[in-house]
Order: sequence, then structure tokens, then C-alpha cells
Amino acid sequence: MKKEVKSVKLYGYKRPDGLFGIRNYLLIIPTVICANEVARRIANNIPGAKVIPHQHGCAQLEPDAAQTFRTLAGFGLNPNVGGAVVVGLGCETVQAEELAEKIKSSGKPVHYLVIQESGGFVSSVEKGTELGKEIYKQIKDLQREEMKFEDLMIGLECGGSDTTSGISANPALGAASDLFFKEGATTVLSETTELIGAEHILERRAINEEVALKLDEIVKRMEKRVLDMGVSITGANPSPGNIRGGLTTIEEKSLGCIYKAGTSIVKEVVEYAERPKQKGLVIMDTPGNDIESISGMIAGGCQLCIFTTGLGTPTGSPIAPVIKVCGNDENYKKVSDFIDINAGLIINGSKTVEEIAGMIYNMAVEVINGKQTKCEILGVEEFSINRIGPTL
Amino acid sequence: MSAKYIHLINDKDNVAVVIKDLPEGAKFDIFNESYIAKSFIPFGHKVAIANIKKGEDVIKYGEVIGMATEDINIGDHVHVHNVKGMRA
Repeated sequence: MKKEVKSVKLYGYKRPDGLFGIRNYLLIIPTVICANEVARRIANNIPGAKVIPHQHGCAQLEPDAAQTFRTLAGFGLNPNVGGAVVVGLGCETVQAEELAEKIKSSGKPVHYLVIQESGGFVSSVEKGTELGKEIYKQIKDLQREEMKFEDLMIGLECGGSDTTSGISANPALGAASDLFFKEGATTVLSETTELIGAEHILERRAINEEVALKLDEIVKRMEKRVLDMGVSITGANPSPGNIRGGLTTIEEKSLGCIYKAGTSIVKEVVEYAERPKQKGLVIMDTPGNDIESISGMIAGGCQLCIFTTGLGTPTGSPIAPVIKVCGNDENYKKVSDFIDINAGLIINGSKTVEEIAGMIYNMAVEVINGKQTKCEILGVEEFSINRIGPTL
Repeated sequence: MSAKYIHLINDKDNVAVVIKDLPEGAKFDIFNESYIAKSFIPFGHKVAIANIKKGEDVIKYGEVIGMATEDINIGDHVHVHNVKGMRA
């Protein structure tokens, strides 16, 4: 790296469990789809409150119910959340009291209510609003304190990719990732479907045999799930469109994706929405679906996501800023109201990979310290839980 | 300096990415040497920046992306016609 980045100070919200948030939200969490509307109305009544409506929480097999619980709990436990109100229906699989207790283990203020025990829809909204306001008062005046890069977990994502993703945006994010590692941050690489074909390369970078085996396991499991549906994932990969665009082999396609994680060794492989125990580069088993993937990483504790794209996509999260990096100058101009950084300048020759990496790094520092991303300003707030099996 | 046609992602690579349509016979520069494109190579595709013998590794991102299925010379278009993936 030619350009040394000057030392910077980061400030976040210190939580009772010692984690640092870079945002300070009250989160309203429906345990089940049936509680979505009550949760939404509660959030509407409280300034700055966020809500995560979803389609899950009941009529699910155990692995799905556990994954839904883990994701919802992970959002409540994410340090960007200062406190939470859990809204349950009553008869669902994911129980409000249990979820509230899990989040409360962080020491943060958490309340819950059950719609079937709260006297109807309107009363539930009123009760939830009171509970939410009570927590809002506790967290609204929290001040930022100095935090370190070691307190930071960054989710890496790519979506709406095109030929430029592997040339400009992902190499630039890869170089930025190496800067974050040097400072001690943890980064999470996800999208198991995109790792297929390059898993042997990541396995060589695994810190030990156990991590390599786990990586192999999540890739094989993803392939098996696809085969069990009676279709092939590798047969048509790279796709005819990829080949027209210049991609020759599946290794090349996958490398273009994983290059955004830089050159560090892989410390750990975690399940969807599971919190990593190690610092450094971690791989999380998520699907390629952008919203499910970033939701999994944020549930795992990421306070910030950095998202590369070629075509552009307005993905955002209710509780974590998502910095958008577009590798294609022409497309950047088309959709610049939701892209933060134009890495297409690498392709037209006006910036180097290192310069864009420096811009990503500097922007991340500003966003950590409170600057809003384009999608935060626009209020783009998507949330989705990855589903494994059928709905019953 | 002439318009930049190619971009080298990693110093270990023996192929570079074409970032502006490279006409047949066009001159492109790499490591202070000039070479000639042997055929038209479109944006996003790869050009050989080293001679790669049949059976040798094709390297991009500093990693092996496949194996040459025929002898490839500097300036050749590198794609599905002369490279195959290593993964079954």
C-alpha cells in the first residue's frame, strides 16, 4: 500500500456487554409475521424507532425456527441497537418472553408484550408504544465514546454484479479490507453460493484444518440443497451471460467475489446469523440473496456493511449503515442517488485501486462516526431471514 | 501515454483484464513493454501478458483460474476456447 492512511479516531455507543454500536436505535421486533403490523404501528409512534417485519416465526421446522430465533435475537443483540421491544402474538413457535430474555442477557433494556394477552390490536399498539417510549428515554441521551477498530465487525457483500465487479469494486474493497485487518477489525465474507468453485483457495487460507473442513462442509451443504431440488448449480456456472462478459471458469467468477475480502487468513466459519468468536476474516454461511445475506451478517454482530455492485441496487438495513461501492462508471451515473463510492473511476483510469480503497476506508470511518450513507438518508430499510426448509 | 486498454489485478497474474475494447493489432503496454493484440478482445475479457504453455496454469487474482488447453502467446485472447476450469 503506497498511501499510508493517517491514524483516525472512532466513536461509538458503548453497551453494557462491552460491545460498541455505531448507531443507537430502539428496535421493535415482531416474533412472528402475525405481529408485524402491531410492531410497525409501535415503531411509527416513536421517533427514530426501527422495526424488522418478516415472514417467519411459526409453522417452521426446528432448524428454521432456531434460525429465525437466532436472527431476531442477533438483531436485538447487535450493538447498534440500544434497547428493544419484542412483540409476540402468543401461539407462535418463536416465543416473545424467551426472545426478550435472550436479548436482555446483553444488559440492554428490553420489554416484551403478547398481543393475545394485551386486549386487542389497539391496546397492543398502545401498550407497546408505552414500553418503547420508556426504553427510548433510557437510551436517547447516550453519548459516543472512543472505540477501536477491534470493536468493529464489517459485513462484506456484493449484489447486482456485472463484469466490472471483479475488476474494480471488489479489488478496491479487498484492498480496503486489508487496511481494516491491519487495524484489527473483523470482516465477514458471506454468500456461500458465490464461494463454490473457489473454496479450495479459501481452504488453503484457513487458519487450521477444522476451519478448512467447516468451509468445505458449508459449500457441500449448499450444493446438496440445490441438488435436492433436482437442479444443478455448477452445470450452468459461469452462465452464458458471464461467458459473454469475459468470465471463463467458475474459479474466476468466485475469485472475483471473494477478492473483496482481501488476502487475510480465514479465522472462523460460522452459521447464518451466528456471532463470530474470532477476530479477523470470518466466513458466514449465507445465501447469495443480498437482503438475507446482510441480515445474517448484521444478526451476527456486524455494525457496518460494505456492498459492491456493478448494476446498482438500493439495499439498506434498518439498523446498520450499508456503504455502496459501484464498479461501473456508467451505471454509477444512472443510480448515483443510492451509491456512495464510484469505483468505476478505476476502469476509466482516473483513480487507482489503492485510491478507491482509501476512499472506502475514509468513508467507513466517517460513517462509523455518524455520517449517513445514501441509503440511510433515503430510509432504505430491508430485512429478511434466510429460510432453510418448507413452511408447514 | 496511449489510452489504457488493460488492467492487471495482481502482480502474479499471467492474464490482464481488458478495460476498453482492444482492437486486433492494437498496442497495449504492460511492465513498460508494448505488445500487440492478436485478435479483437472485448471489454471485460482477458489478454495473455505472458506465454502460457498447454497444461500450464492461467493466473488471475494471483490464483489459478484454470489450465491452458493449448499454447497461449502474449497478446492472445484468453477464454473458454483455450482455458478450462480445474473443478469437475
